[in-house]
Amino acid sequence: MRRRDFLKTAGAVTGASVLPFLKFLPAEAAGRSDTLVVVAGQGINSLDLHRKGTNRPSYQVTVNIYDRLVRFGVTELKDGSLSYDSTKIEPEVAESWTTSKDGKSLTFKISPKAKFWDGSPVTAHDVKWSFDRAVSLGGFPAVQMKAGSMTKPEQFVVVDDMTFRIDLPKPSKLTLPDLAVPIPFIINSKVAKAKATEKDPWATEYLHKNPAGSGAYKIARWDPGQQFVYERNEDWALGTKPGVKRVIVREVPSASTRRALTERGDADLYMNVPAKDAKEFKEGGKIKVSGAPIDNCLHVLGLNLKHKPFDNKKVRQAIAFALPYKEIVEAAAYGRGKPMYGAKEMTPSTIKWPQPFPYDTDFDKAKALLTEAGFGKGFETTLSYNLGLADWQEPTALLIQEALGKIGIKVTLDKIPGANWRTAALVKKSLPMHLENFGGWLNYPDYYFFWAYKYGHLFNSSNYKNPEVEKLVDETLHMSVEDPLYAANVMKMISIAFEDVPRIPLYQPYLDSAMQKSVEGYASWFHRQLDCRTISKA
Amino acid sequence: MRTKLHQVGRRLLQALPSVFGVVVISFALTRALPGDPAIYFAGAMADKESIEQVRIALGLDRSWLEQFFIYVGNLFKGDMGLSLSTGQPVLQELLTRLPASLELTFIGLGLAVLLAVPLGILAATHPGSWIDHVCRVLVTAGVSLPTFFTGLFLIYIFYYLLGWAPSPLGRLDILYLSPPTVTGFYTIDSLLARDGETFISSLKQLILPAFTLGLFALAPIARMTRGGMLGALSSDYVRTARANGLARATVLLTYAFRNAALPLLTTLGMVFSFLLGANVLVEKVFSWPGIGSFAIEALVASDYAAVQGFVLTMALLFVVVNLTIDVILTLTDPRVGLDD
Repeated sequence: MRRRDFLKTAGAVTGASVLPFLKFLPAEAAGRSDTLVVVAGQGINSLDLHRKGTNRPSYQVTVNIYDRLVRFGVTELKDGSLSYDSTKIEPEVAESWTTSKDGKSLTFKISPKAKFWDGSPVTAHDVKWSFDRAVSLGGFPAVQMKAGSMTKPEQFVVVDDMTFRIDLPKPSKLTLPDLAVPIPFIINSKVAKAKATEKDPWATEYLHKNPAGSGAYKIARWDPGQQFVYERNEDWALGTKPGVKRVIVREVPSASTRRALTERGDADLYMNVPAKDAKEFKEGGKIKVSGAPIDNCLHVLGLNLKHKPFDNKKVRQAIAFALPYKEIVEAAAYGRGKPMYGAKEMTPSTIKWPQPFPYDTDFDKAKALLTEAGFGKGFETTLSYNLGLADWQEPTALLIQEALGKIGIKVTLDKIPGANWRTAALVKKSLPMHLENFGGWLNYPDYYFFWAYKYGHLFNSSNYKNPEVEKLVDETLHMSVEDPLYAANVMKMISIAFEDVPRIPLYQPYLDSAMQKSVEGYASWFHRQLDCRTISKA
Repeated sequence: MRTKLHQVGRRLLQALPSVFGVVVISFALTRALPGDPAIYFAGAMADKESIEQVRIALGLDRSWLEQFFIYVGNLFKGDMGLSLSTGQPVLQELLTRLPASLELTFIGLGLAVLLAVPLGILAATHPGSWIDHVCRVLVTAGVSLPTFFTGLFLIYIFYYLLGWAPSPLGRLDILYLSPPTVTGFYTIDSLLARDGETFISSLKQLILPAFTLGLFALAPIARMTRGGMLGALSSDYVRTARANGLARATVLLTYAFRNAALPLLTTLGMVFSFLLGANVLVEKVFSWPGIGSFAIEALVASDYAAVQGFVLTMALLFVVVNLTIDVILTLTDPRVGLDD
């Protein structure tokens, strides 16, 4: 039997794990300019982002195989790397949109060029069904939709087949960018409804393994635990045609193996490279590294105000003056971090976020502040960190332990396994001193403050509570950036964060990817996943 | 023969309480894990409300006892639940991953036996000679080198520097697709499908990881062979055999080795079970989609159904392996009865 015939029958036998589009990978295609081989540390666990338990790597599937109403544009950074542009919102399924005078409803005209894979046109009914699903299934999708003030199906209105309206309780600058994040993707509702059952009205079981979209790529094959394969949708007309025909994403758990594969040229693209490897790839010169600081993301040292003596502002400031910032950026981030220390003024001069805080390593000042606070002799505490992020948190914790020892604070390190981290740090908020990293998908300072500085909110692991911040964030969150009050409010928030430092920023991390020199068009995204639509291979 | 079958049957029945014990213990232990799966699987931005929704959807809001009866009831229906971390039914995961691990372990163990047994015999017949020293060095290296190090080292030499080995990308290179599933062993399945190309490719992928595992398993096997052989060679029956002028090969293999093989077989059973669970690191380094890495990830994520499924499978495997070893022992040594 010839290899090709055999493989065709092979696909039919393996059944469930092989999706209907492709029964075999033509052997001659791999390694050629139309196939991209990607290595990733963790595999996907669902093709449906709305499903409960869908892991982070699976977000990229949604990005590549589904379309949204709008998308973010791509911009070139100073060093030639490409990155998404949070200020540029472009049409995707929606060819145009208008905002009502009172700002409380957005009306989208759906592009007639938008077609599902089965050839049927994308209509307002599909958009409504998909959005209803995003707010109804609960979990993370519902939370993310809520950030854009979308909580109920009644807010989504089909005006006619090709016109779709979103009604808002009040105008918000966050709604439109929130439509460009991975969550509000548009599903072929006719296909999905046909598979829905009474117990499963949103067809989660079906869409988990069988996507029904309109995106630039289709899933050709998914072997859980090993690989998945994208194949270009030749009929996609909502943007420039993607440069590679097929993308094979292989799961390679060991970072050393990923690196060897990249250096040997067997892998074209290696997403999310640890800082150390990124630095060495750069120095080696054979492999191209493309990276950008992650917008609205900070690695911080959190001080829990519910634990004494961190309720004392002077103690927090003393610690902020004792941290070895320079060493942390060098040793833990291998230089792939943007410094967030050393500002001269206690009040910010811009609304740029994140921006350097007015602290620097100064042990005399730290000691003086500590004495003022009544802890001249120092005290004992524990510093907790997440073993799942040990690559940067472990060296950082050690450096902090050493530096705080110099001002008399005796630090015991406490390693917490990745799975328990969220419970301890974010849900129970029970860790006195801990390393934390939050990055907001929507790139506004007030959005960061909403999650990380408002009392009781998930990423406020410091239990920080300040009535002024509460009021400022509530006022500013939905306010337009053009509003004359906006800049003043944001600067006020930042200056309070400078002064109170419940979270001491260490640096802004980079998202680095390594690739062969032949790979072009790679861009960094806020969702930190691969968007293969812009990539081409020379 | 009938009594033998009867004995095997009784042995299997004896395993039932231990399997039930494993079901109870694995259930209780997973619940005692410190992580909270509802929080973990609710996702990065989930708030309290959505965490509760996930908890109810997972059935974790019910009492332990209720959860346990649901679990056991499902087990009887052949339903081991859904692995949240991989999004697949646990049964399906185990069915695809167990053969991957078994194939690797069998070949690794086979390599180890092929190397270790002759080495052990030679070392025992020539104590103090250079071959004895080689054996000692290999055994020490095998035990003291962590498998991930050996794995990475082999990748570095044979893949990265020399380019002889295929890319360490799991069971098959990117070019190939898995053969139609019959046994789940790619080498056997590709042969059954008369696909020589895939067979060669899957064999190539196996060489480095199997060797890494083999080196690790080498130590106990070589040591047991050497020790057993030394004991047997100094025994009365070997002296008598020699005195009677039997051929050297007969003395060594029929008289000495057959007796030395008994403890060796028991060791092999232990090594096999141990390798199957402990090759997580080899699986990680070679991107092998095996059962070990699946279990570790499930454990880290407090993925209850997956952990329970894994523990149960391993327990069943242990029972089967022990039973097989016992049966082989009775066949090779008339002194050993199953009733002992």
